Amino acid sequence: MKPVSAFAQKLSASRTPSPHTSMFLRMLVRAAVLRRGRAAAALFAMVVAAAVATAVLNLYADVQAKLRSEFRNYGANIIVAGKHSSSLPAGALPQVESVLSGRGLAAPFALVVAHTSQGQPVVVAGTDFARVQQLDHWWSVTNWPAASHQALIGVRALAAISPQKQPFDLMFAGRTINLTPVGTVQTGAAEDNRIYISLSDFTAWAGVQPSTIEVAATGTPEEIAATMRELAQALPSAEVRPVRQIVEGEARVLGKTRATLFAASALIVLTAALCVLSTLMGWVLDRRKDFAIMKALGASGRLLSVFFAAEAASLGAVGALIGYVAGIGLAAWIGRINFHASIAPRFSVLPVVIVASIAVTLLASIIPISLLRRVQPAVILRGE
Amino acid sequence: MFARLVYESFRRQKRRKLLAGAAIALGVTVATAMIAVATDIGDKISRELRTIGANLVVTPQDEALDVDIGGVHLQPPSDSAYLSEADLPKIKGIFWHNNITAFAPMLPANVTVDVPGTGGGKKDATLLGTYFAKQVSYGKQDFITGVRKTHAWWRVSGAWPNDDSSDALIGERLARTLPYRVGDEIILSGHSVRVAGILSTGGAEDDQIVAPLSLAQAILGRPGAVRRIYVSAITKPEDALARRDPRSLTGPMYDRWYCSPYPQSIAYQLQEAIPHSHAEQIRQVAQNEGAVLTKVEGLFFLVTLAALLASALAVSAAMATAIFERRGEVGLMKALGAGKMAVASVFFAEATLLALIGGVAGFAAGSVLARQIGRTIFDSQISVQPVLLPVVLVIAVLVTILGSATAIRGAVSLDPVYALRGEL
Repeated sequence: MKPVSAFAQKLSASRTPSPHTSMFLRMLVRAAVLRRGRAAAALFAMVVAAAVATAVLNLYADVQAKLRSEFRNYGANIIVAGKHSSSLPAGALPQVESVLSGRGLAAPFALVVAHTSQGQPVVVAGTDFARVQQLDHWWSVTNWPAASHQALIGVRALAAISPQKQPFDLMFAGRTINLTPVGTVQTGAAEDNRIYISLSDFTAWAGVQPSTIEVAATGTPEEIAATMRELAQALPSAEVRPVRQIVEGEARVLGKTRATLFAASALIVLTAALCVLSTLMGWVLDRRKDFAIMKALGASGRLLSVFFAAEAASLGAVGALIGYVAGIGLAAWIGRINFHASIAPRFSVLPVVIVASIAVTLLASIIPISLLRRVQPAVILRGE
Repeated sequence: MFARLVYESFRRQKRRKLLAGAAIALGVTVATAMIAVATDIGDKISRELRTIGANLVVTPQDEALDVDIGGVHLQPPSDSAYLSEADLPKIKGIFWHNNITAFAPMLPANVTVDVPGTGGGKKDATLLGTYFAKQVSYGKQDFITGVRKTHAWWRVSGAWPNDDSSDALIGERLARTLPYRVGDEIILSGHSVRVAGILSTGGAEDDQIVAPLSLAQAILGRPGAVRRIYVSAITKPEDALARRDPRSLTGPMYDRWYCSPYPQSIAYQLQEAIPHSHAEQIRQVAQNEGAVLTKVEGLFFLVTLAALLASALAVSAAMATAIFERRGEVGLMKALGAGKMAVASVFFAEATLLALIGGVAGFAAGSVLARQIGRTIFDSQISVQPVLLPVVLVIAVLVTILGSATAIRGAVSLDPVYALRGEL
């Protein structure tokens, strides 16, 4: 008796898995194929929800980097200056450049007070125009000087010194330079009162080395602080200080934008989850007749739960995958039209979206099933 | 009969109606909150950007050339023209006065500081007279303004001076070269001043002494004089119209230009309000602010679209489910002789009613949510315009009807026999 039953058990163990599994799969696939309309509606809801969630999560992860690059248009966030308003050592600019190594821009400034031939004092600055053009986007310049002895002149200085844009002389320490104003600069700040010439003209004429290097370092606050430390180490004779209003303003705006976007993302993800929940609950409740028939044919409550859960989970996984791809596209589109830069797809979002989708779909199938399990199949089949 | 059908449906199927209504209310809540946040975000971020400093500056019209390097003024004071302090409150009288968050007058003066222990030694320094947090009144309104608002990044160790005292702040780099501590008396060009604190700004002021405006005027011997005024205003990103010269605009175009809070038009109005003045935008602040604002506003506009999409979908999904469950009812109505139109109109009426109720509830909840977001993130209110209510209701009704349309069509085209037998 005993060996026979053991044999039977062994037999059933070796035989059952394959037909069971294939029946299970067949039921899953046929359920989706036979009720194309309903399945497509549920899948559509799943895809849209996952796409929207992916897009906002991607945006949320990337928005800081995007806004930070916007803030670099404010110009320098670090000032390197000679201590006690003295000049910086020769070769300071290459040193700053080597510390930055592509993680930012730097522009040197040398300043003296010169006098015109009428004795009018005026601040003259020597700088590198190519660098200033990149660093200070807000300068409203009519024409950048290209040749030697050409000057970029502030709008107020122009009115006081060379109203007809005629060439003029400037004296400093007994030496004279003749300059032709080729363009004007307007900023609404100190630059309007100054005359800018090229650094080579400036040092040849005034013999003064740059006293300030303005640095626009890119990166997170920690990276910028590290850059500042490296600059201070490389140039011990200089004072390195942050442009505090830019650094603080940037931190505030970024923090608040991110917090608001977080709240918005949370709301959107919640709504998307709700959408999936109500669609799927409808889809499962709608199939109570299938449920009743399976139960009447002898399926256990547990098997049915597993069947419906598997169905929901696969719907969730497929929807999440398609939605992820669509969401990446949506985020890239938003990035292009709003920031004119692509938003890199984050693969770390994918597992989050898939796990969350499956969790929501499971929840959406378990609630109606637990309701149905309590009901006799006969009652359902009679349509009551 | 029609009204009774709808009424009874609401009375007897409370649970189902509650579920669908809750979905609509939640969708409308998210939509309302997001629309409110998106319309207000520009204003809120603009306020945050004010920490970068004033975006407008007012100077005397015939100001001589400013000769200063690193905050050290090198021209004789007699050269300069001045604005009148008495005109300052007029800033709050311009058309966009509500957009002016603060202003601070500045009056630099060259002074000598007595250095003790050097046998009557003196040191040259620049004294900057300004408002710290001064109470100013214009008409019936009082407001507090000064550098504590316009220059939010200034830090003081010690105490901020009172605006009517003879207390001053010493810049931290200057303080290192002087033997003074907080609370000491110092002699500035013959005037005795108490050091209230050490100022750290990361800028030119670190080498200066900052004192109340009245003190600088007394030391300079020019009562009521102001050299320049920094104005912080909430502005709108400039567009093509903003860059037009107001003199070339006529009629309605001019009115539109004047009545938009562009940096240019606020500067123009400041110039009108303050006699013999020239107002200009500080391009570093004003121009970049426009760029940042455009980006943040654009981002939230698009995110709001995503939110609207998600909530519209949630509402339609809930409605479709709710109607699908009621096929039996449809079958009964049709078996009793109701036409497709009659059945559909009952459902549409129910959907509309549900959308209106859910919409109002969602609007209220969304307003609370928006306010909560404003308070926790920006420490200020995000108020929802009442005008939004009809808009939101119309959208809610449309979305609900559109969302249920497919389900209703499916339900009414069902053969009553199958529907009643529960087959399909």
